[in-house]
Amino acid sequence: MSRPDPRDPRDPGVPDGLERFLREQDARPALRFLTCGSVDDGKSTLIGRLLYDSKLLFDDQLRALEADSKATGSGEGGLDFALLVDGLQAEREQSITIDVAYRYFATAKRRFIVADTPGHEQYTRNMATGASTASLAVLLVDARRGVQTQTRRHSYIVRWLGIRHVVLAVNKMDLVEFSAERFDEIVRDYDEIAGQLRFDSMQCIPVSGRHGDNVFDRSAKTPWYAGPPLMQYLEEIDVAPDPAHQPLRLPVQWVSRPNQDFRGFCGRIASGAVRRGDSVAVFPSGRATKVARVVTAAGDAESAASGQSVTLTLEDEIDISRGDVIAAGEAPIVADQLAAHILWMDEEPLMPGRQYLMKCGASATRASISTLKYRIDVDTLFHEAAKTLALNEIGVVTLSTEKPVVCDPYERSRECGGFILIDLFSNRTVGAGTIDFALRRATNVRWQKIEVDKASRARLKKQKPVVLWFTGLSGAGKSTIADALERQLTGLGQHTYLLDGDNLRHGLNRDLGFTPEARVENVRRVAEVARLFVDAGLIVLAALISPFRSEREMARHLFETGEFIEIYVSTPIAECERRDAKGLYKKARAGAIPNFTGISSPYEPPESPEFTLDTTEIGAVAAAEEIVHFLRRNGYI
Amino acid sequence: MQLSHLDTLEAEGIHILREVAAEFSKPVLLYSIGKDSSVLLHLSLKAFAPAPPPFSLLHVDTTWKFREMIAFRDQRARELGLDLIVHTNPEGLARGVNPFDHGSALHTDIMKTQGLRQAIDKHGFDAAIGGARRDEEKSRAKERIFSHRNSTHRWEPKSQRPELWSLYNTRLAAHESMRIFPLSNWTELDVWHYILRESIPVVPLYFAARRPVVERDGTLIMVDDERLPLRPGEKPQLRSVRFRTLGCYPLTGAIESTAETLLDVLAEMTASRVSERQGRVIDRDQSASMEKKKQEGYF
Repeated sequence: MSRPDPRDPRDPGVPDGLERFLREQDARPALRFLTCGSVDDGKSTLIGRLLYDSKLLFDDQLRALEADSKATGSGEGGLDFALLVDGLQAEREQSITIDVAYRYFATAKRRFIVADTPGHEQYTRNMATGASTASLAVLLVDARRGVQTQTRRHSYIVRWLGIRHVVLAVNKMDLVEFSAERFDEIVRDYDEIAGQLRFDSMQCIPVSGRHGDNVFDRSAKTPWYAGPPLMQYLEEIDVAPDPAHQPLRLPVQWVSRPNQDFRGFCGRIASGAVRRGDSVAVFPSGRATKVARVVTAAGDAESAASGQSVTLTLEDEIDISRGDVIAAGEAPIVADQLAAHILWMDEEPLMPGRQYLMKCGASATRASISTLKYRIDVDTLFHEAAKTLALNEIGVVTLSTEKPVVCDPYERSRECGGFILIDLFSNRTVGAGTIDFALRRATNVRWQKIEVDKASRARLKKQKPVVLWFTGLSGAGKSTIADALERQLTGLGQHTYLLDGDNLRHGLNRDLGFTPEARVENVRRVAEVARLFVDAGLIVLAALISPFRSEREMARHLFETGEFIEIYVSTPIAECERRDAKGLYKKARAGAIPNFTGISSPYEPPESPEFTLDTTEIGAVAAAEEIVHFLRRNGYI
Repeated sequence: MQLSHLDTLEAEGIHILREVAAEFSKPVLLYSIGKDSSVLLHLSLKAFAPAPPPFSLLHVDTTWKFREMIAFRDQRARELGLDLIVHTNPEGLARGVNPFDHGSALHTDIMKTQGLRQAIDKHGFDAAIGGARRDEEKSRAKERIFSHRNSTHRWEPKSQRPELWSLYNTRLAAHESMRIFPLSNWTELDVWHYILRESIPVVPLYFAARRPVVERDGTLIMVDDERLPLRPGEKPQLRSVRFRTLGCYPLTGAIESTAETLLDVLAEMTASRVSERQGRVIDRDQSASMEKKKQEGYF
């Protein structure tokens, strides 16, 4: 039996610097990146080139490469570096990449784990697999063909999956005579895409994977390129997430009970840190306790940090099982209704309403898609109405879960905000998703319990609280109808409040402009305020353009069934423009108002509003009377 | 604070092992006695401490392993008080299957691949944990950490389940099983560096010593017992050799080396020009041979 006997590093027999080399290699975690882009952009070839130039290929691997290159004939007499990574027989035969391959290499400065992902659209799910654990993407573009659909698609997917750093490698520069003009043209095209996606960093590099230009060393053929070669850039870039104090999240994987005296909760710390004696709470129950011990195989530790697999014991006897989350700081989401993005990964399309098994953190619960809000056209980023999602399509959905899920928004935590869906019959992994936020009935356990509730407040006012949400173009007559309606309702002794979009922009929403993002936030705030007023027992009239379907749906989700009445004021744009009471259309036509709904910004009409009112057909007072009638008939007043 | 590289790999390995324990009804650790198995066993001890690992160890014995491997195996199991199951394919044994008369491919198939399948079926294991790494070989680089096997133990490379984040699909239909590779993201260098850091015991064959070897088709084969038939003119010589991988001794090539300690081994490896699988006779048939063997249920 040989116990290892690490030699004294000062021993002259040990090669100089080995220990220092090992220490330096160990000091920082590997940079995980993926290569993606269209078919035949040369992803595998580039990785093969990286391995070859970093002298990481062994002699026997080189000999095999030479033989394989000859056998397939794809190297055109030279070496076909793609054969180093395309590991499946079918891949080598067809000269394509089907599945993601992971390669490991190191330079003197850094270790790397690279995921080589397929370019074919039909294998997008394998590309997403590679992206889910990477922190940087090397996106390849063939210099001859420029930015393609897959370039856009992959850019969107990597950004969606939380990658904030991207390298645009304009490959095959040798085939365009290393033209600076061509490179600049492609960079300009890509800037447009990157601008929409807001990466933290982006670097464009002209390369030739086949000949090695600007891969390891700066190429003499691109004197016009002042930036670093690819390898140098990868060695130096800092992708470490903001270490600002993240709240503790420890999804419990396993409860260890070797005897009656020990109950340990095992898991990997997804974020934050934990110290002996820390106050923590266990979710979904929300029970508070303190950390008694941080147990390791080598004895107790004082603390543990994000990324470590630990075992904790707690001061109080709390019932905790697999899937619970030990947390500190800001409470996680605990909800059974969640808004999420989903990538569909199965041949059989998504079925809204069908139950799937949802795995998130260490928990598993049945879940169904209660609403498919829209599909995202990843080429244009437009939202499209959809009844289902087919293979490789991305959509925004409402997820209803059987048990409340403990999670965080994905943008805050990859580990606690990502989930997969598994088909209960085929057992295939059919979907991957990211949590956006919790919807109504979010049973956040930290809520203060209040004795007087909505029902008792409403009883006092002798009405059923409701929000009447008026949507339509500027000048359609929303405020005029709402004003007439409020006068009629107060005349009947009802308790109301009118939230007018224009008026709110003088106060609550003073800081918001008219870009799509600001409009989304505008609607969100008004919806939240409306929810408070409905909770107060009021009949709320909200009159604002609210041009996007998804945000009106989001607003609807904040309310219980029957509490949200959508009223579409459908006056045609020609009529609105003719009236132009505020002179806005004139200005917008003159180009003085950017993002004007109906002219330079889209309006998405409701698909099934409770009411549609066209003011060219009905006057404001008559319209208000019709709504009063509706409220009576349905027992609101 | 950022975790170091080895700390990150260790945490990932432990996370995977705990997932296996939590999600399967009868998992087993496939213990092949080599350095990767040693690391796997070490991680298992760490993952569940102070409790013992909640699974048994299984060794599929072809009866052609180095004697030192078997001695090491039995001693480790005894020291740690672990439940060790040893399985040898009884039909193969009865028919005297060996690497010489039957060739390396058939021997490996019957004694290793078929033997493993028998053991999994016999004991009803639904999950088998192995020490394979993606950096070993091209088709391994494509394999998932949780690798699904159908009811006939086959791997279907074209219909692998997408594996995002660290969320693993562990669902199985009747008679299906899972192979799990917690060391997927480790390299050979990581394994040795970790063995050094954690002082993990390994079989002495990994360190250089004077051993009796014969040179055969460019490979140094150790004469571990009298069953190795010597070809005409072959005469065992004592040479200073060691092994980078361990398997059946007639199929495992030694390398000439003077690396007697872990640091020597690490130094030799960082300077090496050949890959670790180079010493494996069974991989040489053709480029895709590993993929084929894996489809048939080889680990």
